[in-house]
Amino acid sequence: MGLLIELTYLAASILFILGLKGLSHPETARRGMIYAEVGMFLAIVGTLVHKDIISYEWIIAGLIIGSIIGGAISIWVPMTAMPQRTALSHAFGALAASLVGVSEYYRHGADVGTFKMTALSLEVLLGGITVTGSLMAFIKLQDWIRGTPITYRGQNIFNMALLAATVGMFGYLIYDPSAHSLFYAMAGLAFVFGVLLVLPIGAADMPVVMSLMNSYAGLAAAATGFAISNNVLIIAGTLDGFSGFILSILMCRAMNRSITNVLFGAFGAEVEASTAGALGSMREVKAEDVAVQLAYASQVIFVPGYGMATAQAQHAVRELANILEARGVTVKYAIHPVAGRMPGHMNVLLAEANVPYSSLYDLEQINAEFPATDVAVVIGANDVVNPDARDNPKSPIAGMPILEVDKARWVVVLKRGKGKGFAGIENPLFFKPNCGMLYGDAKASLIKLADAVQHA
Amino acid sequence: MSTEVIIAGLYVFALAAFLGYQVISRVPPLLHTPLMSATNAISGISLVGSLVTAGAHYNTISTWLGFIAVTASTINVVGGFMITDRMLRMFKRQPATKTDKKDSTEEHERA
Repeated sequence: MGLLIELTYLAASILFILGLKGLSHPETARRGMIYAEVGMFLAIVGTLVHKDIISYEWIIAGLIIGSIIGGAISIWVPMTAMPQRTALSHAFGALAASLVGVSEYYRHGADVGTFKMTALSLEVLLGGITVTGSLMAFIKLQDWIRGTPITYRGQNIFNMALLAATVGMFGYLIYDPSAHSLFYAMAGLAFVFGVLLVLPIGAADMPVVMSLMNSYAGLAAAATGFAISNNVLIIAGTLDGFSGFILSILMCRAMNRSITNVLFGAFGAEVEASTAGALGSMREVKAEDVAVQLAYASQVIFVPGYGMATAQAQHAVRELANILEARGVTVKYAIHPVAGRMPGHMNVLLAEANVPYSSLYDLEQINAEFPATDVAVVIGANDVVNPDARDNPKSPIAGMPILEVDKARWVVVLKRGKGKGFAGIENPLFFKPNCGMLYGDAKASLIKLADAVQHA
Repeated sequence: MSTEVIIAGLYVFALAAFLGYQVISRVPPLLHTPLMSATNAISGISLVGSLVTAGAHYNTISTWLGFIAVTASTINVVGGFMITDRMLRMFKRQPATKTDKKDSTEEHERA
């Protein structure tokens, strides 16, 4: 029986890797996921015959409740809320890992040995941080508390001290696994630390937080694998952990910032007067005038940002693009890696609106195209098109790779109001002579534009 | 836990890390959101640990913790795979209705 279980785990590990390999291309991705699903099914069925399992009532109850909740969320969650759903799922995954860790420690207590104690402690530490950290991220993404960084005096020092205390407990527990109360105190502090870690991080930095939490949740699962000597858990957890780690690095690189700066920099907390005052004035334009420019353009590039998600404007973008394409205009979409609140957020929204992925372009692919573009339409994006990042070495976002929309012949910025971007940084793009501002709800503006283009 | 088991585990970890790096670096930014939900579903494999904890009757607390853990990981496994598929279904090279028209224009251009 033991061998049979191990063989299903081996099969599952191979199928998981094949599944992730499928994700290297949209054509093969769905087939890959079927491999992974089969792997998961095999591993679960294999485990159910484990010799330690003597009754099934709690297992069946958990499987049914979990399937109903998980299924319901994934059927009804709107694509715009994908970041929130992902944050919640990191919390659930980490919760499972830390509970198994606590249960294992409760059962074995001091007899666990040094190695298993290390694994259990890591599991509970990473799991605890991820549970509350992800829930904080969820609350911020859901707008239940404001998305700006929440800071107080001595915050970093306090957090560091707390982290040091937690790591100290971790060290002592490895030395003396019998210190029961210390174990539970450490678990408690991990939960507290998760909240404090995400509190000072602004909503615009969420792509990094999401990726980091993804990584921690995976590593917590891998630690569980070490604690209960289960290879498939080690493999799946490591894959998840590394995936999150790679994404964190990509996101940080796309903002030209370090992970430390994202975590402890409280970016966007205060308005920094880094741009010289005399920028000129912003020019407001009418939808009818923009429509004429669009109608007679030969190439138009849409640049979506988080504003497109909040306004649920992805379908309206597609409608406008359809009308333009019917008139013979070439339409492309430029996607910045950190546009939105999680990696790939914009791609999913546009795919939902039936935009073919062959017209979605990455930063490197599209930047050379802006000089040959008649109109660039910026939809609720700000910092990712801020030319200060390129031109002004004193800017807080200096060095961040941007979409160079200012090189297009005309730029139209769809924006809710005259306020500054999320990070509170002035955007000189808005003051350039080739830039016009179209104020109002992005969706309403796009519908107005589509209507006007049809009459142009 | 014997040294062999520990070392074998560390080998598995190291090799999975290298393999994961290779495989995941090839995922295009286009699919980063599905990647996140897919890896999340896959790491829901911690379900296998929770199943044993929930069904083994080690003690009441373990059973309860196991039950909650089974529920939480099942949410991730079922929800994760379902939503990944829902997203991947949306990614199309070209909209179905327009394919013919576009193909024919391309042919015209070539001709």
